[in-house]
Amino acid sequence: MYDFDYQRPTSKEAAIEAHKASDDGMFLAGGQTMIPVLKQRLAMPSLVVDLGAIGDLAGIERSGDTIQIGAMTTHAAVAASDVVKDAIPALAVLAGVIGDPHVRNRGTIGGSVVNNDPAADYPAGLLGLGATVVTDRRQIAADDFFLGMFETALEEGELVTRIDFPVPEKAGYLKFENPASGYAIVGVMASTGPAGTRVAVTGAGPGVFRVEAMEQVLSQSFTADALDGITVPADGLNNDIHAAADYRAHLIGVIARRAVEAATGA
Amino acid sequence: MNNFGIGQAVRRAEDVRFLTGAGTFTDDMNIDGQAHVYFLRSATAHGIINSIDTADAQQVPGVIAIFTGEDTEADKLPPLQSFTRVKNLSGEDNYVPRRPALNRVRVRFVGDLVAMVIAETAIAARDAAELIYVHMEDLPSVVNTARALDDDAPVLWEDNASNLCVHWENRDKTAVEEIFAGAPYVAEVTFVNNRLIANPMEPRAALADYDPEMDVTTLHCPIQGVVRMASTLATRILDIPMEKMHVVAKDVGGGFGVRSKCYPENLLMVWAAKKLQRPLKWLGDRNDTMVSDNHGRDQVTVARLALDTDGKILAMWDDSIANMGAYTFEMGPTIPTLIGQRSMGTAYAVPALYHSIRCVFTNTTPVDSYRGAGRPESVYVMERLMEEAARITGLDPVEIRRRNFIPLDAFPYTNTQNIPIDSGEFETILDKALEKADWAGFGDRRRDSENRGKLRGIGIGFSLETSGGFEKEHSRVRIDADGTATVYVGTFSHGQSHETVFPQIAHELLGIDYKNIRFIDAADNFVVPAGAGTSASRSSMMGGGAIHGACMLAIDKGKAIAAHLLQADAAEVAFADGVFSAGGGSVTFAEVAEAAHDADRLPDGMQPGFDEKHMYERSSDNFNYPNGCHIAEVEVDPETGVVTVERYTGVDDNGVILNPMVVHGQLHGGIAMGLGQALFEQTDYEEGSGQLISASFMNYNVPRAWQLPTMEVGSHSVPCKTNPLGVKGCGESGTCAAPPAAVNAVLNALKPLGVTHIDMPMTQDRVWRTIQEAKASQS
Ligand SMILES: Cc1cc2nc3c(=O)[nH]c(=O)nc-3n(C[C@H](O)[C@H](O)[C@H](O)COP(=O)(O)OP(=O)(O)OC[C@H]3O[C@@H](n4cnc5c(N)ncnc54)[C@H](O)[C@@H]3O)c2cc1C
Repeated sequence: MYDFDYQRPTSKEAAIEAHKASDDGMFLAGGQTMIPVLKQRLAMPSLVVDLGAIGDLAGIERSGDTIQIGAMTTHAAVAASDVVKDAIPALAVLAGVIGDPHVRNRGTIGGSVVNNDPAADYPAGLLGLGATVVTDRRQIAADDFFLGMFETALEEGELVTRIDFPVPEKAGYLKFENPASGYAIVGVMASTGPAGTRVAVTGAGPGVFRVEAMEQVLSQSFTADALDGITVPADGLNNDIHAAADYRAHLIGVIARRAVEAATGA
Repeated sequence: MNNFGIGQAVRRAEDVRFLTGAGTFTDDMNIDGQAHVYFLRSATAHGIINSIDTADAQQVPGVIAIFTGEDTEADKLPPLQSFTRVKNLSGEDNYVPRRPALNRVRVRFVGDLVAMVIAETAIAARDAAELIYVHMEDLPSVVNTARALDDDAPVLWEDNASNLCVHWENRDKTAVEEIFAGAPYVAEVTFVNNRLIANPMEPRAALADYDPEMDVTTLHCPIQGVVRMASTLATRILDIPMEKMHVVAKDVGGGFGVRSKCYPENLLMVWAAKKLQRPLKWLGDRNDTMVSDNHGRDQVTVARLALDTDGKILAMWDDSIANMGAYTFEMGPTIPTLIGQRSMGTAYAVPALYHSIRCVFTNTTPVDSYRGAGRPESVYVMERLMEEAARITGLDPVEIRRRNFIPLDAFPYTNTQNIPIDSGEFETILDKALEKADWAGFGDRRRDSENRGKLRGIGIGFSLETSGGFEKEHSRVRIDADGTATVYVGTFSHGQSHETVFPQIAHELLGIDYKNIRFIDAADNFVVPAGAGTSASRSSMMGGGAIHGACMLAIDKGKAIAAHLLQADAAEVAFADGVFSAGGGSVTFAEVAEAAHDADRLPDGMQPGFDEKHMYERSSDNFNYPNGCHIAEVEVDPETGVVTVERYTGVDDNGVILNPMVVHGQLHGGIAMGLGQALFEQTDYEEGSGQLISASFMNYNVPRAWQLPTMEVGSHSVPCKTNPLGVKGCGESGTCAAPPAAVNAVLNALKPLGVTHIDMPMTQDRVWRTIQEAKASQS
C-alpha cells in the first residue's frame, strides 16, 4: 500500500464533499476488491472515503413491484433476505454464490457493480433483471451502466446509493465457476417480466452482455427447450488458461439452459 | 491398556499451540533494531543485464543499502550449486550451473533475483525497489519441457552446448529393445507429468543476526532441517566452521520438499546481516512463493510395456525429458534419475527395464523435490501402463495387476535397479481395497449416474515407493534424576506431529510415563547439532530408528545400574514395562535414574549421568517400501467436462503404525495434493514472454476442501523387516497413488466414447475438449 488519507463520514453528503475536495479520492465499501488492489499497489488514491458509517446506504425494501437494495448492503444480507428470496429468489442465489463467507460478509452490491469485474456475478444480475442504478445525481438503467471491462457510466465522484430491481415473473441464475478463483467462467441470469425477457452473461466476455438470439426465442416460450440449437459465436469471448473461447461459447448454451430450468423449476 | 504407546491414536500435542494461534513462525520473531529487506526479482524470463540504476531508489527515506550482483561479486560471495552429480552412461557428470545469489550478468527465469533492498521499514524497502531500473536486453526464452532440446531453442548456459543437463540411462538399451521386438503385446503411453507449485501455507521468510563478539550468524527461517541449512551455508557455500552458523526454525508452516533447501535469499540474508552488522528481517509474499520456491514434477514421457500372451510383463521402457528449470537446485537431476528410478516397476515383477531421462534447462523456476520427488512419477508411469496394457490385452484392470504383482514367495525381491524390496502383500491389499471401495457395486452406481446424464468411472492407482532419504540420523535420550526423559532427534517436524509420535516410541520402549517425556525437535542446530531433517518420508524409519537405538543404550545402561543395585550380574537383568528385575528383586526406571545421577550408587568406573546418544545409519540400499491400492470413482458431466470425485478409497501398507490418526492425516494430505495434481493444479508459462501466468491463487487451484471427496483410508500393515521399528513411510503415499487413480477413473468413465488418453490436470476445458474430439472422431 502507498500512503493515503482516510475519512469515515456519517452522511452521504459529507462523503461526496470529501471526495470532491480531494485530488484523487476513492470510496471504500466492503474493501473486498479495493483492499487487495491497494495492497498490490495497483491504485494510489490520495484519500479513501470509507462509506461504512453511513447508515442509510444499507438495507433492502420492497416498494410496489420494485426491490430496492442500498449500495452498502452486503452479499450475505441479500442472500439471506426474505424480501429478496420471496420476490427474486434468483438474486438471493446469485448473492449466495459470490466468493466465500468472508467475502459475502464484507462485500457490497454497490462495490460490486461499480467495480464491474468482467467475471463478477452482480453485473449479470442487474443486466439480466433490468435493474436501475440510483446515484447521488441520477438513475442509470443497467443497459447503460456497464460499459467495458471494469468500466461503468459513473462520473468522477458519483456515489451509487441504491439498486432497484423490478420483480420478474421468472428468473434463474447459474454460475459455472472458475475452480481456482470462484469467479464466473460463465454466469447466466435469465428472466422474464416487466423488464422484458433477458439473458445476461458474465465471465465469458470482456464485460457483461445480453444474448439477443436467446432472448428472442425465450420471449416466445420461456422454456429450456426453446434454447435448443441456439449457439453463441466464440468470437470476442475470453480465452485464458481456464477456458478457451470455444469452450466458453459452448458453456453459455449449457448454463443458459440450466438457468432457465432453474427459473421454471424444470 | 497402554494408551500412549506405539499404535495408539494419541491426540496431537502441537495442536493446542497451532489452533490457538500460539505457534512461533519465522515472521513472529523480531530483533530490536532490525532492518527490513525486499528482494527485487526479474520480470524478464531471459535477458542480459546491461545496467541496474539504483540512484533514485537510494534517495527514498529510510533506505540503508541496495545490493546488486556487483556487491556480491566484489565480496566474492560464492554461487549456489547442486549437491549431487548424475553421470551419463559414459561416466560424465551433469552440467552444473553456478547460480549467483544476485545476478549481475544475466537472468534466466521470471523470479531470478537482481537486487536486495534494505531499509528501516518494509514499506520503504518496497518503495525503493520500485525505483530501481534494470536495463535489460531481452533474449528469447524457452519454457516448454519438450522443446528445450530443439535445435532452435535458446540455450541458457553459454558454456553448455545445448540445454541438456545430463542424459541419464540405466543401462544399454539393446537387450531391452530385443525383448520388445519379440513381445506379443506392447502397451505404449505418452504423457505429461505436470509441473506443480507446492504452496506451503507459510511464505518464505528470514531473520538474520550477526554477533560480532562471537562471530556467529543466526538465521531463523522456515526449513525442514536446521542442520542441513547450517551445513549448506557454512560448509558448502561460505566455507566457515559449523559453530559460526546458527540456524533456528521453531514452527514451520509446511515443507513438502520445497523448504528443505538453502535459497539464494537465505545466503544473502546471512551475508548482508554481517556486512551491515544489523539484524535483517524478510517476509516474502505469495508471489515470491509461486515464482521462487522450487517447483515439482514437470516431465514428458513415452513409456512402453512389453507383455506376453498371458498379460505378464516382459520388459518396461521409459524415455522421459525432465525439466530442471533454469538452474539445478540442491538435488536437481538426481530426483528424476537416481531417486525416481529406484522404484520403477513399483509392486510388479518387471524382469527388464530400460530407463532414459534427459534433464533439460528452461527459463522457468528451478524444479526440485516436491512430496514424493521422483517416486510419484514412477508410480504414474507404471499405473498408466497397466491401464493401457489391460486395454490392449483385453484383460480386466484388476486381473492384469494380479498377474503381475511380485509374488509373496519372491521376497526379498530385488528389482531391476538392484533395490531389495523386503516385504509386501500386494494382492491382499488390492483385495481389501476392492472390498472397501465396493468395486463390485460399481455397475449399479454407474447406472444411477447415467440416469442423471453423467458418465461414471472407476480407477486404480497402486503405489510403491522408496522411503528413507538421507542415510544417517541422530538421537539423544537424556534421563534425569527425577525419572523424566528428554528425547532429542535430528529429524524435524514441519507438520508431521513428531512432538506427539516420537515420545510414544520412547514411552513404549522405556516404560516411562508419556507425560514425563519431553521432546526436543531439531529446531536449533546449537541444541541438536546433528541430523538430516525431514524429507523423503524418512522420519519414522530414520528418526524412529535413532530414538530406538538411543533407548536401547539407555536400557543397557539401566541394566548395568540395576545389576549393581540388585547385586546381580548385568546379563541376568531383565527389563520390561519400565521395571528392571533380576533374581527375586526389581527396581523401577525411576529408581535406576535416581541412582544414575548419584556417584555413590554406581558401579565402579561408571560416571554419573544418564544421557545416551545414537547415530542410526541405514545401508545405501536399505529403504522401506510403503505401498497401497487407491481407488477413485468419478463422475463426469459430459456437457461441461466437470469431473467430481465421488468416492475415494485407499488401503495402505505403512508398516508398523506408530499413530494411526497421524498416518491417516498424512494420507489425507497426500491424497489431497495428488488429486490437486490430477484435477486442478496447472502451472502455465506463457510461450514467448516466459511469464508464469498461474502465479496466484486466482489462477492456481490448490484444492479446496469442497473440491475433495471424503477419503476412506484403511491399512494393511506388513512390518518392514529391515529397520528396528518395522515402520514404512506414509507422507508420500497419497501423492503417488492418487494421480493415477483419478486419471484411470476418468479414462474409465470416458471409455464408451473411445477415449484412451488424457493428461493432467484434467481441467474442465481439457475434459470437455477430449470428449468433443472423441465424438468427432467417432462420427
Ligand atoms: C476471495 C474473493 C472472492 C471473490 N469472489 C467473487 C465472486 O465469486 N463473484 C463476484 O462477483 N465477486 C467476487 N469477489 C468480489 C466481491 O464481490 C467484492 O465485494 C466486490 O467486487 C466489491 O465490493 P466491495 O463492497 O468489497 O467494494 P470495494 O472493494 O470497497 O470497492 C470496489 C470499488 O467500488 C467503488 N465503490 C464502492 N462502493 C461505491 C459506491 N457506493 N459508489 C461509488 N463507488 C463505490 C470503490 O471506490 C472501488 O473502486 C470476490 C472477492 C474476493 C476477495
